[in-house]
Amino acid sequence: MSAPTYDLGTLHGGLRLPGHKADSTRSAILDIPVPSQLILPITQHVGDPAQPIVGIGERVLKGQLIAESEGTLGAPVHASSSGKVIAIEPWPVSRRYGDTAPCIVIECDGKDEAIARADAPPNFTRLEAPDVLRKILQGGIVGLGGAVFPTAQKLMQARTCEIDHLLLNGVECESYISCDDMHMRERAGEIISGAQILMHALKIDVCFLVVESDKPDAIQKLGDVLGEISDDRIVLKQVPTIYPSGGEDQLVQLVTNREVPSGGLPSDVGCLVQNVGTAAAIHSWVIDNEPLISRVTTITGDGVANPINVRARIGTTIADIIEITGGYTDKAQQLIIGGPMTGKSVSTDRVPLVKATNCVLVMSETPAIGPELPCIRCGDCASVCPVQLLPQQLFWYACADDEKKLRDFGLMDCIECGCCDLVCPSHIPLTADFRVAKGRIRELADEKARAARARLRFEARNDRLEREETERASELSEQKESAKKAGPSAIAEILKRKKKKHEEDK
Amino acid sequence: MEFQRREAPFLAPQVGVSSIMLQVLAAMVPAAMAHVWYFGPGFLFNLLVAAFFASAGEAMMLSLRSRRPETGLTDYSALVTAALLAFALPSLTPWWVTATGALFAVVVAKHLYGGLGFNIFNPAMAGYVVILVAFPMHLNLWVAPSMGDLDYQHLTILQTLKFTLTGSLPDAIAVDAISRATPLDVMKSGLNNARTVAEIRSIPIMGDFGGRGWEWIGNFLAFGGFWLLIKKIIRWQIPVGVGIGLLLPATIMYMVEPGSHASPGFHLFGGATILCAFFIATDPVTAATSPRGRLIYGIGIGFLIYCIRRWGSYADGVAFAVLLMNMAVPAIDYLTRPHIIGHSEGRGRSGGTVD
Repeated sequence: MSAPTYDLGTLHGGLRLPGHKADSTRSAILDIPVPSQLILPITQHVGDPAQPIVGIGERVLKGQLIAESEGTLGAPVHASSSGKVIAIEPWPVSRRYGDTAPCIVIECDGKDEAIARADAPPNFTRLEAPDVLRKILQGGIVGLGGAVFPTAQKLMQARTCEIDHLLLNGVECESYISCDDMHMRERAGEIISGAQILMHALKIDVCFLVVESDKPDAIQKLGDVLGEISDDRIVLKQVPTIYPSGGEDQLVQLVTNREVPSGGLPSDVGCLVQNVGTAAAIHSWVIDNEPLISRVTTITGDGVANPINVRARIGTTIADIIEITGGYTDKAQQLIIGGPMTGKSVSTDRVPLVKATNCVLVMSETPAIGPELPCIRCGDCASVCPVQLLPQQLFWYACADDEKKLRDFGLMDCIECGCCDLVCPSHIPLTADFRVAKGRIRELADEKARAARARLRFEARNDRLEREETERASELSEQKESAKKAGPSAIAEILKRKKKKHEEDK
Repeated sequence: MEFQRREAPFLAPQVGVSSIMLQVLAAMVPAAMAHVWYFGPGFLFNLLVAAFFASAGEAMMLSLRSRRPETGLTDYSALVTAALLAFALPSLTPWWVTATGALFAVVVAKHLYGGLGFNIFNPAMAGYVVILVAFPMHLNLWVAPSMGDLDYQHLTILQTLKFTLTGSLPDAIAVDAISRATPLDVMKSGLNNARTVAEIRSIPIMGDFGGRGWEWIGNFLAFGGFWLLIKKIIRWQIPVGVGIGLLLPATIMYMVEPGSHASPGFHLFGGATILCAFFIATDPVTAATSPRGRLIYGIGIGFLIYCIRRWGSYADGVAFAVLLMNMAVPAIDYLTRPHIIGHSEGRGRSGGTVD
């Protein structure tokens, strides 16, 4: 096998979180059977909603395109199994905390009949880069780490920059989540194959496969596969178990010692970051012709009877999945989609598993933490902030609603990792406050932009009216001049004509 | 199934204000025991008086400000203020002196500025300075340290209690018989009277470094301080800063002219230096908040302590140094902001890779 390397850059702050990963990594990934009904939201990605291209009552096959991506940023949606479209209607989704969003509802026939694909899987190395990208676009593939940015568009953007490093993100630093860990243990080959496709498509010669130190089994498996294929472009890197080193910008900084500029992308510093699950999905689509219709997700927490990782079809409801894995315990009080630091708490388990769902955490209520006290400026928040912000000062300015100071002190650079909340002795919900303050600043900026546009419109209108006025005046005076030149008989002629026209109009 | 909704993060916070304050109090216990050992039970009476009035002031102000008194009292910050004040006062202090300091600290310096988290000045030091200005004679009543070979007369527990309550000594005992100038006072007046440091140091009360008793209280405070550092209740920047700010000028002056300048060791272990470095200056509310800012804040305090001790008219300068640097905190914080990741020049692509 090839051994991991450890040379790293530095990352400020962060936290060693309690892992809680042992429970869900005890057994292998469980395949969830096709449910009786699939709920497929048309927006499962960053960007514009996909447009449904199937009608109600239509029979669809597994892997069939059912919603096309529109606009410059988006991803298509495929049917996860065969069956009949019975509705296109609002349904509770996790993206909106359990409120509804448009979904395509498929009643499965249980045959799981796949659509026939004309093109035999080609050897990807013979494909040109644009063809690979087009293929990835058609596969509905998005970032599976949780951010669900459409992968094809990310790659297209990266192609316009000079990229020298591909970082495969297997860090998975948040507590409870272990889907990438299990995926790496069981499908290391597919992940590495996906990396090779990416490197081919973007002509990158260096790939760092980055895994956190708390996943020795995954490192072993990846090392074994790398040893077998002996592709020396791919280097296995082990990083310390510190949250949030798996954040995209943080990973770039940790592994390459480059700072992603504020408001910029990793591609600005020559890096492309992809989640290991995404790499495996690219392999499945490019090599095996299976679009993104299933994913691995962690079912865990003290609220479920059997914490485990499952591979389920996109669109299976959380209720269905948890029933198959063994149901809830009586501690189930909160349902969190995503991890305990950045996840979203939803109100119902009718929400479907979507491309973004990397974890389903069912927990008892967070223990009572006492009242929120005033900030004592201890600065613990600043010492854990991975972006080196001063949350204690930001909190102060957020209370005062001081937009200029908030911008000055870098509020917009906050990645909302939640580290400051965890160390705050006064139990101030800093991240939630910052989220609100950010929203307000964006609103304010929108308002300003709207006002500026309205002003431009108003000024343009005034200009136009003034111009028309002067044009009209000069036209009239010209006519008068020419009439004068023509003499009195001509004027009488014109007046007569006008009068006649006037009478006709009446 | 339906569920409750909350905002992320969903993990419980790891610490609380009250546990921090309790640990600070715990860190002072060994030094408090040493204080009682060397200077008698007066410290405990002062502590009780200060704690009572600080808590009463806190409760009163909170209810006047329509806040719940129990949340303010259970954060134990008033007790920390009381303990710091008790360490600053001589063991023989009448109760009204202590009460004035404690009430001023909590009512004026803390709550009139908005309460915990909003006060600009260190409450304990503000209270101490009020005592220093209002009752200067009472701050001279430091009883002689109890050491086997220094045979001074000592008060019993009851006599001490009586003094605390009434401010008068038993008829048979004169003030001069039991009280002694503090080592810092001895040093200051000695140097003013053109005696050399070596001469002054030969007086038994001066001890090995910072004065009999004092140096041991200092040792125990340092012990507690290191424990707080290990527990990450305080950060290293302020204690180290105070040390640098004080020891650098002290060492230079001592090396240039050892006859008329006390040794760095004397400055470090004498007076309230250690108390200041680990317990007073590290009050997070009134200290600078960025790491670099804290170092500068500490250095400023240390340097001012030296200046006041050497050239000022007071023997010790901790309270004034802390209050002066409290004033500088907003400016320090503004000027020492850490660079935000993503905003630095030249750490992009060219920033050097590690491979």
